[in-house]
Order: sequence, then structure tokens, then C-alpha cells
Amino acid sequence: MGLIEAIILAVLAASTPLLLAATGELVTERSGVLNLGVEGMMIVGAACGFGGAWLSGSVIIGALCGIAAGVLMSLIFALMTLGLAVNQVATGLALTILGIGLSGLIGSRFVGEKISLAPHLYIPGLTDIPLIGRILFGEDAFVYLSLALVAGVWFFLYKTRAGLILRAAGDNHASAHALGYSVLRIRMFAVMFGGACAGLAGAYLPLAYTPFFIPGMTAGRGWIALALVVFASWLPGRLVIGAYLFGAVTILQLHAQGWGVGIPSQLMSALPYLATVIVLVLISRARTGGSTAPAALGTVFVPDR
Amino acid sequence: MKKILIAATAAMLVTGAGLFGASAADKLKVGFIYIGPVGDLGWTYQHDLGRLAMLKELGDKVETTFLENVSEGPDSERSIEQLARAGNKLIFTTSFGYMEPTLKVAKKYPNVHFEHATGYKRDKNMSTYSGRFYEGRYIQGIIAAKMSKSGVLGYIASFPIPEVISGINATMLGAQTINPNIKVKIIWANTWFDPGKEADAAKALIDQGADIIMQHTDSPAAMQVAAERGKLAFGQDSEMIKFGPKAQLTSTMNNWGPYYIERVKAELNGTWKSEDFWGGLKSKIVVMAPYTNMPDDVKKLAMETEAAITEGKLQPFKCPIVGQDGKEVECKGGTHLDDGQVLGMNFYVKGIDEKIPGK
Repeated sequence: MGLIEAIILAVLAASTPLLLAATGELVTERSGVLNLGVEGMMIVGAACGFGGAWLSGSVIIGALCGIAAGVLMSLIFALMTLGLAVNQVATGLALTILGIGLSGLIGSRFVGEKISLAPHLYIPGLTDIPLIGRILFGEDAFVYLSLALVAGVWFFLYKTRAGLILRAAGDNHASAHALGYSVLRIRMFAVMFGGACAGLAGAYLPLAYTPFFIPGMTAGRGWIALALVVFASWLPGRLVIGAYLFGAVTILQLHAQGWGVGIPSQLMSALPYLATVIVLVLISRARTGGSTAPAALGTVFVPDR
Repeated sequence: MKKILIAATAAMLVTGAGLFGASAADKLKVGFIYIGPVGDLGWTYQHDLGRLAMLKELGDKVETTFLENVSEGPDSERSIEQLARAGNKLIFTTSFGYMEPTLKVAKKYPNVHFEHATGYKRDKNMSTYSGRFYEGRYIQGIIAAKMSKSGVLGYIASFPIPEVISGINATMLGAQTINPNIKVKIIWANTWFDPGKEADAAKALIDQGADIIMQHTDSPAAMQVAAERGKLAFGQDSEMIKFGPKAQLTSTMNNWGPYYIERVKAELNGTWKSEDFWGGLKSKIVVMAPYTNMPDDVKKLAMETEAAITEGKLQPFKCPIVGQDGKEVECKGGTHLDDGQVLGMNFYVKGIDEKIPGK
């Protein structure tokens, strides 16, 4: 396996959990809800995903458990912010703290156990093509799923009526309500979708990355996913670029250290974040007026009955 | 409804902080502050095994409380004080960053005894303790040089602090006794714990030609990557053979049990006094996991080296030691570097091509 091929494979693997979680959060935010609890939903997804796979021996069941856990976590958030109209930022932060504690509790009986990693695709002939074979036809299912998910979300948001309504709820909930749409129901589904994606992203870590569960193993990836949504200015296409760019810089800085490039490693470790900030600045400079954020993002909606 | 939910959340947060303990008036109360979760399979896990070993021996006279996931800094000061106020008479704080907070609380509670791991500041009621992990790394270096086919070792480092740097140097000094031309590639993860990043670093090292992976980070991720790629690796802090049955050569394990037993006994007998403890293979604070996945002659050499260090016949940092710049390092310990030089190590030995980050 050539070095370039190895690097690209590592980049794809490192980017996939970010892309999954960010896609879910993008839909949530597009409906006008800011859920800062991505990290918490991810880590519970990781614990339940590992638990499911370990008990059943099946990666698919593990992934489904991760998704279910993410959805349950997001329902707590939905109950608080949509049902009780509590502040979204505070609830999201609380959800992360709760998730970190809860995952430790759930995962405590799995610590030290090991499962086998998700299988990689193998198509005789195609996967064996030099250079591009393993990159295009030799990934695990999550990588393909994450890309399909982004495409699906793009199609949903821009090509379907339901997507248009969801965006309307995020931009002007009063109008959407006046037109007879149930803003709260739309937002609840969007929050649940975000939870499902975050749960799956969390489950990806023990199922396809490092086949064990350790408390805190998401190590801040949920926060990166949140930043990527802003980075992508709430556009699914840019999300792919952002996630892969972040993954690429993360992996390349490790290789650069191994090659002995004379840059202090502390600076190298900061590079992915610096790159994100720089691109954000460039995007905002290039933009012609106005924010691209959903206009009603983070605002509480209480329908008058 | 809202109030009930808030109360429930608050209750969850409190239990989530991991406050455990039972009350019994006549038992000695001993407290522990942990940086990570007890299930981290590394640093904190080993401290907790030490606590449990101590309880097994002295459980009829002692009860323990531990707080896990306590971040370094102001938060830890509150947690340490909480333990002191709850009546703990002996408190172990088990991470470098707790040094100043422990010192502050120690001044406030002169009748409570404190023990801080891996630090260097003491007081009349505050001891320090640590392990000579570099002894294990020296043995690892010898094994690595024997087992490497490519002559390139891969080293995942955490932060450029003396403990990590002395570990890298000890590894190289050991390896150079076998192969003077051995090379090491070092990747700084700039974290103690991020399984994904540790795995990525291991992949990068292997992709760049290293065939033996060693780490100064805490999770078994690198071990598992080595196993997956058919390479060899060393565990860290704890036994990691489960994650690489065909990959783990050995592991330098931290074994705090004997120390905790000794210190709690001293507290019970009223003979506790502030001291500076730095134990290695000899005092069994550092223990090597079984030597596996290597031929018998390498195993024999490793065991002989271990015995020589245990008996004090072999010093990993024996003089002369030549720095990266080609100059000999001053030999303050007579025949070997003294403890101060090892504890404050901020140079690479000759044979390492890279630079210490930020230097």
C-alpha cells in the first residue's frame, strides 16, 4: 500500500464521524434549533453502539443501538426546549454533561472488552485497482453511508416540499405557524434526526475506528461537528469539504511530524483548528451581505393556542 | 414539572461526578482524586487498582472515597477541599496538575495528610510519590531494537515534559546497546487521551516505515492498530495484551498498590511523615507485563536486564551520556545522572534526529 493511498484512507476514516454528526446537526439547525449537545449524544451513541455490538456480535445491531441512543438523548432535549421552551444553549450544554456521565455508567461494564471492526467492502477486481481501488471500493459501510446521507439531506432540503417547510420553520417560525404548519412537530423530527446522526457518529468510533469503549473516547469530536456546520454556512455540500479538510489536516500534521518537518508539534496540533478559522474568515469576507444562518436559529417558539 | 426536571438533572450531575462512600465512624477515611474515569484502562485505572489492593489488605480499618474525572486547575482545588472537609485524613491526588491546588488545600488543613503523584512540591503534611517508568522503557528499547526489522521505532508521545522526554531517551539508550544506528520517529499527539488520534498517529508511524510502536499516551488504540497491521507494540500503564494478543511485547505497568498499603499503614500507626518517594522496578511500583511474542533469546535478555536494573547493577542513565549536540552531559550522580537531572530532563540523547517541540 502506497503512502498517499494510506494517508487518504486515514483521512476518510477520520472525517466520517465528523461528517455524520455535522449532517444531523445541520438539519436540526436548519429547523431553527441549536442543539449544543452533539458531544453528549455522540458519547452515549458510542457506549450503546459498542454495547449492542458486543452483546450481539453484530456491527449492524451496534449501529442501530447507537442511533437509538442518540434519538433518546435528543428526545430529552426536545422535551426541554420544545415542550417546556427552556433555553436551547443551556439545555444543549447540560445534555453534553449528562451524556458524558451517562455513557460512563452504561459503558462501565464494557470497559476492557473488544469487538472486531466493521468489515471493509471488497469487490474482486475493483478493490484491487492500484491507488484508487481501496479508496473508492474498499471502505467500511459508514463511509459510503455518510456520503449518501449528505446527498440525501441536500435532496430533502432543496428538492422536496417537506424540506422547504423545514427551512421555513428555521427562518421564520411565526410565518410557518401562520401557514398552518406545526413548527414544534417539524422541529422535533429535525432534533431526532440530529440525535440519530450523532448517535451513529458516536457508534462509528468503537465499531469502525478503535474497537473498544473507553469513557470520553469522542474527545471533543461533537464540538468540531458543531463548528463544521457554521464553517459550511449551513450548506450540505460545503459540509463535505469542511469535514474532509479538517480530517486531512489532522492526519497530515501527524505525518509531517514523522517526516521531521521542523515545525513545533504544538502548532501542528492546532493546524486543523487554525485552518477552520481561516476558511471561516475567507468565507465571511467573500459573502455578499447578510448571514446565512437560519434566521430563527436558537429562538424558542411557543405557539399561541 | 420544570422544577422536578431541574432537580433530577442536578441529582444526576452530582452522582455523575462519582461521589462514592459509606459512613463508619471508627474507620480511617482515605480519599483519592482521579484525573480520568476509573475505566480508562490506563493511568486512573491503575491508581484505582492500587486503591482496591489497599482496601483488600486494610479494608477492616479503612474506608475510601474517590472522585473521578476531576479536571486540573480550580475545579480540583474544590474537590480536594471537599474530601478534606468530609473527614478524610489521608488524601491522594493523582495527577501532575493537582500540585498547586493540593498545596493550597494542605496549608488550609494542617491536620490532614496529602500525597501528590508525580509532582515536586512538598509541605510538612504533603508528600510526593512517583514511579521510575524510564526503567521499563530502557528494557523496551532493548527488546524493540532486537525485534525491529526496519530499524525504525515509532513513538507516540503526549506532551514535551521531562517525564516523557526521559522515557524517549531511556528507550533509545536501551536500543542503542543492541543497534547503534537505530532510528526513532516521534509523533506528539499533544494529548494524554484521545483514542482516535492515538490510532491515527500509530497508522502514520507504520505507514512511514516503523515496525515497533510504543506510546506515552493512555489508551490501547495504538496497540490495536499495531495488531491489525501485523506489527509489534508495547502497552502503556496497564496490561493491554487483550487488544493485541499477537502484538504486545510487554507493557510498563504502574503498580501503586504496595505504596498505598505502606502509606495507609503508616497513617494508621501514626508514623506518617512527609517524604518524596520515587520507586521503580525494585519497589515494584513499576512492573513489566509478561514478555510475549518474542524469541527466547530476546526474552532472556529482557529478563536479565530487568533483574540487573532491579538489583541496582544497571542504571539506564549511566554515564557517559552524550546529548544531541554531541557534547557529554554533566554526570551529577557520579556513575549515572542524578534524580534531579532525570526529573528535569529537557534534552535528547545522541541518535535522535528530531528536535524537542518548542525548543
